[in-house]
Amino acid sequence: MRLEPRPASSVAASILWPAGAILATVVFSSLLVMIAGASPLTVFWLVIKGAAGSQFAALETLTRATPLIFTGLAVAVAFRAKLWNIGAEAQLYLGAVMTVVIGTGAVTLPSAGLIPLIMIAAMLTGALALLGPAVLKTKFGVDEVVTTLLLNFIVLLFVSMLLEGPLKDPTGLGWPQSKRVIAEAQLPRLIKGKRLHFGFILAIVSAIVVWVIMKKTTLGYEMRAVGHNAEAARFAGIPVNRVIVKTALLSGGLAALAGFSEVAGLKGNLTLDLSPGYGYTGIVVAMLAMLNPLGVIAAAIFVAGIFVGADAMSRSANVPSYIAEVMVATSLLTMVAAIMLMRYRVRWR
Amino acid sequence: MNEALEILFTASFWVAAIRIASPLIFATMGELICERAGVLNLGIEGIMVAGAFSGWFTVYMGGDLWTGVFVAALTGAMFGLLHGFLTVPLGLSQHVTGIGITLLASSLTYFTYRILLPEVSSPPKIEPFQPFAVPVLSDIPVLGPALFNQTPLTYLAYFTVAAVAFVFYRTPVGVAVRAVGENPSAVEAQGISVTAVRIGAVMVGSALMAIGGAFLTMSAFNSFFFEMINGRGWIAIALVVFGSWRPGKALIGAILFAAFDAYQVRLQQITGGVIPYQIFLMMPFVLSIVALVVVARRATYPKALMIPYQKGER
Repeated sequence: MRLEPRPASSVAASILWPAGAILATVVFSSLLVMIAGASPLTVFWLVIKGAAGSQFAALETLTRATPLIFTGLAVAVAFRAKLWNIGAEAQLYLGAVMTVVIGTGAVTLPSAGLIPLIMIAAMLTGALALLGPAVLKTKFGVDEVVTTLLLNFIVLLFVSMLLEGPLKDPTGLGWPQSKRVIAEAQLPRLIKGKRLHFGFILAIVSAIVVWVIMKKTTLGYEMRAVGHNAEAARFAGIPVNRVIVKTALLSGGLAALAGFSEVAGLKGNLTLDLSPGYGYTGIVVAMLAMLNPLGVIAAAIFVAGIFVGADAMSRSANVPSYIAEVMVATSLLTMVAAIMLMRYRVRWR
Repeated sequence: MNEALEILFTASFWVAAIRIASPLIFATMGELICERAGVLNLGIEGIMVAGAFSGWFTVYMGGDLWTGVFVAALTGAMFGLLHGFLTVPLGLSQHVTGIGITLLASSLTYFTYRILLPEVSSPPKIEPFQPFAVPVLSDIPVLGPALFNQTPLTYLAYFTVAAVAFVFYRTPVGVAVRAVGENPSAVEAQGISVTAVRIGAVMVGSALMAIGGAFLTMSAFNSFFFEMINGRGWIAIALVVFGSWRPGKALIGAILFAAFDAYQVRLQQITGGVIPYQIFLMMPFVLSIVALVVVARRATYPKALMIPYQKGER
């Protein structure tokens, strides 16, 4: 078999292939649900109900989507320039570290000054974390996939060290956790008494800003050109290495905001389980969104819905909540294949 | 200070080093085969998780140890087939697909674990592979016990390196695998299917990765824990680069790395908590990055690595 580009974009293909991807994901997870001894229809109904069936469920899904929008954006901008940042997890944690370093009382300012200060500092920390791999890539030709993956482990150990050392909460009963951020550093809740916080608004605004950067600015144009064909971009006079470094700074900064918003908006302090892999799930979010910054919002809400819904489902049906991870991974693979088949057609011969 | 040096001359240190190296040797050889055929396999971390579980579970259900190794290899090959199908004929991004395979393989494993063992709080144990002293050779001082008083899976790891080197450089199959990673259209011109060779290489490589995972549950330890692979797959990817895509060099890299890892554990005991233990745990990952930087300038990637091949295209 071989693939050839479709001469014109086909409406049928752009509907049928993604639909097929969703169908394949549903069929595969139904099989697993049946192996677990439950009825797929009941389980899917429980997942949907758990993700969007009540005000509580819907708000919980949006709360869970917030860090995923940030990490999804981080991955989307990096992958657009073919900078393979698999280290959003590390950048997220460093953003969180900076949030508690400044936000637990070291600086006292009113909210209007303190929160922007923390955001900028957190973004710089995340940006620096990706600057290392980006410079190693441009100066020494070291593959950034491996360096960013390895940095995830290094940073997590570093955070563990901080939480048992300088950042440890003396009143934390010996648990490795930081002090809570002061009231002025906390992001307000959007609805009184609910968990959804101002970080969600920041995530939406970030997505719009990133969309504008990608579509309307020279940098965005250069990033797309470098991602499309670095050699051609260099020939056209685009400073490829500088564009890669700028992309890294933007991407790392966005991922760090995920850590900032989780600490300042939701958890209040830093622990080692702040992120259950939001950095890696960001890759799925970005790919489902076809790297479109505005699409990231929808993709993040969709993925968050699966996680929140599966959690609720596993409490009533006897199916492990890991089904959510399986569904998310399956949808990544099927959707990437579907996107390819939308643009190319298969010729058998 | 003397104490820190003396470690290097104890047999138990080298025994530990070779034991730590064994899963890395399997994983590194597996990744090396994939990459020499032109396919980056970031599925490695998840494939190792799946191999660790499936091998261990086979034995837990009453299969014998070698059946467990076989089941692990088969599991790995199946994920390899999926990765190969998506990246070779469909030509999907090898980065994204690989990460997807890792997410899928590990989440499927955790899901299966929860279904098959719903009620356990601590993971059940199996009777793992026992060390087997090779007569005569194991009597050599220091090196003897280190190299030849290990479990049979470690001997299989040595054999794998020799087999990979032999197949690569002495057989037509090996020539074809290396050629599809360098110049696929020349291979197609010979009437050999690039797609078939690449998918085959990814399946064999993935089977080896899975055996590497199984080493942990069936030889180094005796039960399965979540997170037990703990980045070993990513380190194997770094070791392939460090070894310049050559089996012998990659073997040396894996042993050096493992020796360093065994050394930091012992150093940690000597220094007695003055330095935070996380610093020691970080060292293997830091070392991998340093090694990559050192070799990067003269690294000669397989020319067609990560480039999908389309028949009839140049």
